[in-house]
Amino acid sequence: MRYMLIIHNDPELHPTPGSPDWDQLMVDYAEFSKQLVERGHAFTGDPLNDPSTATTVRVRDGQTLTTDGPFAETKEWMSGYYVVDFDSLDHALKAAAMVPSAKFGSVEVRPVAEM
Amino acid sequence: MEAALEAVYRADRDRVLARLIGILGEFDLAEEALQDAWVAAVSSWPTTGVPDNPGGWLVTTARRKAVDRLRSASASARRQRAWGELAITWDLGDGSGPIPDDRLSLIFTCCHPALSLEAQVALTLRSLGGLSTEEVAKAFLSSETALAQRVVRAKGKIRQAGIAYRVPSSAELPGRLGAVLAVLYLVFNAGYLPPSGAALVNVDLCAEALRLCQVVITLMPDQSEPLALAAMMRFQHARREARVDAEGVPVTLEEQDRRRWDGAEVAAGLELLDRARAMEPVGPYGLKASIAALHVAAPRPDLTDWAAIVALYDRLLAWEPTAVVRLNRAVAVAMAVSPADGLALVDDPVLARELDGYHLYAATRADLLRRLGRVGEAAASYRVARGQTNNRAEHKFIDRRLRQLEEPTAGPPG
Repeated sequence: MRYMLIIHNDPELHPTPGSPDWDQLMVDYAEFSKQLVERGHAFTGDPLNDPSTATTVRVRDGQTLTTDGPFAETKEWMSGYYVVDFDSLDHALKAAAMVPSAKFGSVEVRPVAEM
Repeated sequence: MEAALEAVYRADRDRVLARLIGILGEFDLAEEALQDAWVAAVSSWPTTGVPDNPGGWLVTTARRKAVDRLRSASASARRQRAWGELAITWDLGDGSGPIPDDRLSLIFTCCHPALSLEAQVALTLRSLGGLSTEEVAKAFLSSETALAQRVVRAKGKIRQAGIAYRVPSSAELPGRLGAVLAVLYLVFNAGYLPPSGAALVNVDLCAEALRLCQVVITLMPDQSEPLALAAMMRFQHARREARVDAEGVPVTLEEQDRRRWDGAEVAAGLELLDRARAMEPVGPYGLKASIAALHVAAPRPDLTDWAAIVALYDRLLAWEPTAVVRLNRAVAVAMAVSPADGLALVDDPVLARELDGYHLYAATRADLLRRLGRVGEAAASYRVARGQTNNRAEHKFIDRRLRQLEEPTAGPPG
C-alpha cells in the first residue's frame, strides 16, 4: 500500500540554510532516503521551495484566477513529501517518525487512494 | 433452548467475530455475516440441537453467508475484490476444529492509536463486548448519531489507511498494549464513576472492562501490566459500597467506612498484583495498583504507609511525568510529611499553571489549607473548585465542606 508522508514545518523552528544544523539535516535526509532504499521501499519524493514562491490557481465559471501565495496562510507549511510503499499503517508511521523533520515539524501520513 | 442459545452467544460471540474479521478483512461484512449466521442458528438449532462446537458452526455458516452477501453486492468494485481474495483463501472446513483465537488482533486493531479515543472505546465495546452503539452512546453521554458516524469513520480508516489486523511486534508492544489498557480502564471508570447526568445503562461496564482485561491476561500471560490493571479494578470495585453516602455524595478514602469494603475483591486484587509484581519490569499500572494496594491494606486511614506511597509515586513519575501524577504525589507528601510540605508542592507555579481550571486541583489545595487551619483561603479555594465542575454530587460534597469550615467560626446570631 502506498502512503504519502507530507512534511510540515514551522520556519521559526526549522534550521536556516547554511547553519551547521541545516548541514546535519541534509545528512540526515540523505541517510533516511538511503535507509528506505536499503529496506526495499521504492519511493518518490522531493523537498519544496517555501510558500513565498507559491502561486495558487482556481478556475471559476471558466475564468482562471491566479493568486500569489499558498492555498492557505498557515504558520506551518508543507515543505516536502515522500510517496512510499509499506505493508501497513504501522510501518508507515514508524518511517514517518524517522523523517528528520519530525523532530521539529510534523509528518502527516495519508494513504494513496488507489484508483 | 433459548437459554442455551444465549449462553453460546455470550461465550463465543467475540471469538467468532474476531475470527470472521480476520478471514473477511472487514468489520461490517463480518458483523452482518455473524448476524445472518445467528438468525440461521436460532431457526435450526431448536430442531437439530446445539452443535458440539457452536463457535465453529457459527464461523462456517457466517462465511457462507458472507459469500452470499458478496455475490448479491457484486456490483461494487471493492466488494468484487474482497470476493476474489476470499475465493482464493476459501477453505471451508466442517467447523469441528477449534477456532483460531483472533481476539487479540481484534482488540489491538480497535485500540489502534491512529483512531480517535472515542472510536477506540466504541469499537472495542461493540466488537468485543457486543454492546450496541446506542448503549455505548448512553454510557459515554454522546449522541448516538455522532458516535455511529465516528464508528463508520473509524472502520473506513482501518480499511483505507491499512491498519493491520495483527498483534503488534514486541518492539511496538509496550506502547500499543498501553493504549489497549487505557481503553479498558476508561470503560471501567465510565461504569464506576458515570459522568453526571448519564442515563442508567443496562450493562455493567465495570464487569465488562474486567472481563476484557481477563481476556488480555489469558492471551498474553507473560505481560504484567494487564494483571496490574485487573488488580487496580478489583481494588476500586472493592470500595464501591463505601465511596458514596446515602445521598450520593462522594466520601473521601480517609472517611470511608472500611468495614464496607469487599474483602473478597481485595483478596482477588492482591493475588493479581502478586502475579504482576513477580514479573519485571513493574510498569505504570503495576505502580498504580501497588499504591491502591497500600490503601486497601490499611485497616485504619492513619495506618496507611504514606512514605511507601510517596516512593511509588516517585517511580511512577519516571513513566508518566504528568501534572496529575505530581498532584497526587503532593497529597501523599502532605500525609507522609506535613500538610505544609504538600501545599508547597501544590503551589508550585508550573503545576498551578498546568492544572489551571481542573477542579480537583483547587479542591486538593482547599483540603490542604483546611488541614492547616487556613479557613478563609480554604473556603475560597473550595468555591473555585465548585465553579469548575458541573457534577451535582461534587457540588454537594464541596457545600458540605464549606459548611464545616464556617461552623466553628460562626458567631451566635444577634
